[in-house]
Amino acid sequence: MRRFAANPFASLLNAVVIGVALALPLGGYVLLANLQHFARGLVTDAQISVFLAPDASKSDITEIDRRLRGTPGVTRVEFVGREQALAGLKRTPGMAEVVATLPDNPLPDAFVVTLAENEPELARRLEQEIKNLPRVAHVQADSAWVQRVSSLLNFGRTTVVLMAALLSFALVAVTFNTIRLQILTQRGEIELSKLIGATDAYIRRPFFYLGALQGVFGGLAAWVMVELAIFVLNRDLVGLATLYGANAKLQPLGLTDGLAVLAFAAALGWLGTFLSVSRHLHQIEQE
Amino acid sequence: MPANSYLHCSTSLATDIISFSQVFKRYPGGYEALKDVSFSVEPGEMVFITGHSGAGKTTLLKLIGAIERASSGTVLVAGQNVSSMRRRAIPFLRRHLGLIFQDQKLLYDRSAFDNVMLPLVVTGHSWRDAARRARAALDKVGLLDRERANPIALSGGEQQRLCIARAVVNRPNILVADEPTASLDADYADAIIEMFRSFNQVGVTVLISTHDDRPIRKLNPRVLTLHRGNLA
Repeated sequence: MRRFAANPFASLLNAVVIGVALALPLGGYVLLANLQHFARGLVTDAQISVFLAPDASKSDITEIDRRLRGTPGVTRVEFVGREQALAGLKRTPGMAEVVATLPDNPLPDAFVVTLAENEPELARRLEQEIKNLPRVAHVQADSAWVQRVSSLLNFGRTTVVLMAALLSFALVAVTFNTIRLQILTQRGEIELSKLIGATDAYIRRPFFYLGALQGVFGGLAAWVMVELAIFVLNRDLVGLATLYGANAKLQPLGLTDGLAVLAFAAALGWLGTFLSVSRHLHQIEQE
Repeated sequence: MPANSYLHCSTSLATDIISFSQVFKRYPGGYEALKDVSFSVEPGEMVFITGHSGAGKTTLLKLIGAIERASSGTVLVAGQNVSSMRRRAIPFLRRHLGLIFQDQKLLYDRSAFDNVMLPLVVTGHSWRDAARRARAALDKVGLLDRERANPIALSGGEQQRLCIARAVVNRPNILVADEPTASLDADYADAIIEMFRSFNQVGVTVLISTHDDRPIRKLNPRVLTLHRGNLA
């Protein structure tokens, strides 16, 4: 602590460097968590369209309707009759003439099934189940959209993890270097301390404190940066959200996540110190 | 202090506090600093080591503090074989030695008082106890009124006395001084040697290397003379 305070400017700069390095993946993480939250709200109406065979009778339709409603994972079942579908098609601009040329209604009866959760796995499973119902001609799952969002989120997650791994290296390197410089500055004191009976543990300890402390300060800086960024972004989002009549707001980093970041940064600082101390104190020993 | 008691215990078994037998020290490149050196020092002795520069005086003293290790042979200090000592044990050996270095190794980023405090801080003494002992040591070398001064502001003789205060603050059984009078004029040198004699008189074993034969003529102490790594 004394050493940290002895050179406040350099220490602050180091903390900021570590902070920026940590803020990037941390910001990515927060953004991703928010996107996931948002995506869940957006795509809960994952749907499956069920088209019946043309010869399906009224009782067939009732039976299928009953079976669909009884399937776990299904929240809403909407029947779209062939006449209704045709009327809808006629209302679509440019389609009325095409429909008029048809000798008779080519459209089948259909159901639109809404799923409880936005899970590609569930969508696939239900698609199979519904396909096996009698008088069902064709099932089309709108799971492509679900899958796309899901894989995009996976992509984002992998990116954040990679970034975090990469920048963790940076943090370890920064600490390594800080401790190296500190050891060089205190070289005389270290050499003398060894000569007057200081144990290795005694000499190493303050460097570990310094490294871990620097990590904690860096983590704190990252936390503050991310919270500030969320605050600023939210101001813009409020404007955007009122335009679209939606309620979009980025959730800040929770206390648990924040403390986890601090612990992680301290651990990385400790690791950097360990590497630096092992290497450089050994060098002093040899000379 | 429990650490001290083992020291006394082991010295009572072996009469010699320092003992070299057939010690060789070769440096990488083949240079032999010490060749077949054997001698022993009894507790409470005061021994001068003389010889030209490069004769091996510093190397010999460094072997006592395990600052360097012998290439072959045995170095016993207080009954412990220093030449084969485990690395982890070395700090505890050094706590019983008062080392005075040729290049002084004073820290110029802190006061004279803090320099003397260092050996006690390193061994985990309470601050109050350490401060009392540091002042006593400074008083013994006549620097009590300069305790706030930075070592850079002290004269050559005062710096050397500060080194002695730092070496004796741990109340070592053995004082090892490498050329303590090298850069001092005669009066200061005499005062320094006199100081070592007073420590010796209260039972501390003292080893001093010097190429200055004035104190030797004056005190007529035991003298070990090194000539190109050989003990004459």
